[in-house]
Amino acid sequence: MSNSPIHPDSYADFLCPDELQRIQLHRLQAVVQASYDNVPLTRSRMDAIGLKPEHIQTLADTAKLPFTQKSDLRDTYPYGLFARPMKEIVRLHASSGTTGKPIVVGYTRDDMKVWSSVMARTFCAAGLTENDVIQNAFGYGLFTGGLGAHYGAEALGATVIPISGGNTERQIMVMQDFGVTAICCTPSYFLHLIEAIEATDTGFKDLKLNVGVFGAEPWTDGMRARIEKRAHIKAYDIYGLTEIIGPGVATECSQQSGLHVFEDHFLMEIVDPDTDQVLPDGEEGELVLTTLSKQAIPMIRYRTHDITSIIPERCACGRTLRRIGRISHRSDDMMIIRGVNVFPSQIESALLKVEKTLPHYQIVLNRKGGLDQIEVQVEVTEEMFRDRVSALEQLQKKISHAIEHVIGLRANVRLVEPQTIARSQGKAKRVIDQRKEGVAP
Amino acid sequence: MKLKQLSVFLENKPGRLSQPCKVLAEAGINILTLCLADTEQFGILRLIVKNWEKAKSVLEKTGCVVNVSDVLAIEIPDRPGGMASILAFLEPSGVNIEYMYAFTLKRGSNAVLIARIEDADRAIEILRQKNVNILDASTFYTLT
Repeated sequence: MSNSPIHPDSYADFLCPDELQRIQLHRLQAVVQASYDNVPLTRSRMDAIGLKPEHIQTLADTAKLPFTQKSDLRDTYPYGLFARPMKEIVRLHASSGTTGKPIVVGYTRDDMKVWSSVMARTFCAAGLTENDVIQNAFGYGLFTGGLGAHYGAEALGATVIPISGGNTERQIMVMQDFGVTAICCTPSYFLHLIEAIEATDTGFKDLKLNVGVFGAEPWTDGMRARIEKRAHIKAYDIYGLTEIIGPGVATECSQQSGLHVFEDHFLMEIVDPDTDQVLPDGEEGELVLTTLSKQAIPMIRYRTHDITSIIPERCACGRTLRRIGRISHRSDDMMIIRGVNVFPSQIESALLKVEKTLPHYQIVLNRKGGLDQIEVQVEVTEEMFRDRVSALEQLQKKISHAIEHVIGLRANVRLVEPQTIARSQGKAKRVIDQRKEGVAP
Repeated sequence: MKLKQLSVFLENKPGRLSQPCKVLAEAGINILTLCLADTEQFGILRLIVKNWEKAKSVLEKTGCVVNVSDVLAIEIPDRPGGMASILAFLEPSGVNIEYMYAFTLKRGSNAVLIARIEDADRAIEILRQKNVNILDASTFYTLT
């Protein structure tokens, strides 16, 4: 057991499994009923297979329910999956990454309480208490990271500094002057901060910082080791997604060995992404989540496309909530760049807008100074090629703007000779991810 | 009055230039003159060859992207001020020269300016009035 005091909300982390499952079944039945009654898509899909809410008698019956995909949110944009009238919705958020049609999610007053609570439990698992001063460098706005962490830190009773992302100099000043003991942000932004702090006269020497809570993008244990060594902190991984609630779905504890899923609010399954069959604990597959208490948008068997496995063993921290392994890859081709979800198809659509022919391209991801860099290599075709340098430079700029317009991130466009992008069996490898640990040892 | 120029897209990497040159050598095509425009990332190799259709086809067969454009071959005296006088003729007209490169002829005491000009027909007209010799393809190939 960790030595830090436990926030009252965190008592739910230690329920005995029987009790937890009783709560889960009770909530599952209620959420399926609510979704069936109020979300036309759920009703039509359940009716199509002759499934009624009363057929859900055990937790294992979850496997009978139809899946929900990200595309369902897009197809019913903006409010199609809402199960409550707008007068009950007190907050909207939208997913990052797409400027065309983002994914819109809503929260009722009770949803906000649950969200604050699971984030308070997240911070508590990282050993934080009301005595901590938390610098929240997740972006504030439509992105769930900033406000999700903010409300959680407040619910914990800690002092929260809502500094949001960016402005590295001010981040460092606040960290030095306000006696900051913990920070939350994306791991890549913290790497950037590390380098900037090391470049100051005093470095980490006079800082009180001792905990980092990092999420919104995948990062490795090797990166954690470097962060902890260079910043002299404990670094914790958290997991969440906009479609489910935002941050606060799962978190690491003092053991830093897998992430505890807040199972009293989120029912997890691991399914084989090819056969859709539920896999037993310990086997690797796609994480599928059902929200158990969400009112505004109950999410039934949401396909996260994140690949992991359930760790069956009880955690040494004492929590009874089961853990999942750290997410290392996905079952689809989604990239997470600076915390933004990007699909290669979005880059492709941007290229198609600039040039009529389908260009051959490759996305190369790198990390420079702790920040993700995107290079899009585009093979020059006869239609694109002009004899003048200025015309080609203009083309590069046009492509770069088109990409930025679609994904919201700046990409460096490099024109390359035809047939130079490696093809395997006629198909080009679209993404080369060279982001390693990001910081030199 | 205009010459065909081939432009080849090259990445700015060591060894990139040798490949198109090798391809042309193997096809027995002599490069009469060339110019290389480059940026940090890429370059454009501009070539004047006698049999441009054949050159284009062998280059494309090896995967090069080739663009054909019209340029002027302007004969100028190979002495100080030779080029300046041509520019002086064109400047008042506002004709825009996109780029040019020059080389000296093997025979005689003249040089040739290869110029890509936006309004080429207008430039030809102006230069003719000033008695400047613009080489047509057949003359150009015999002189080089």
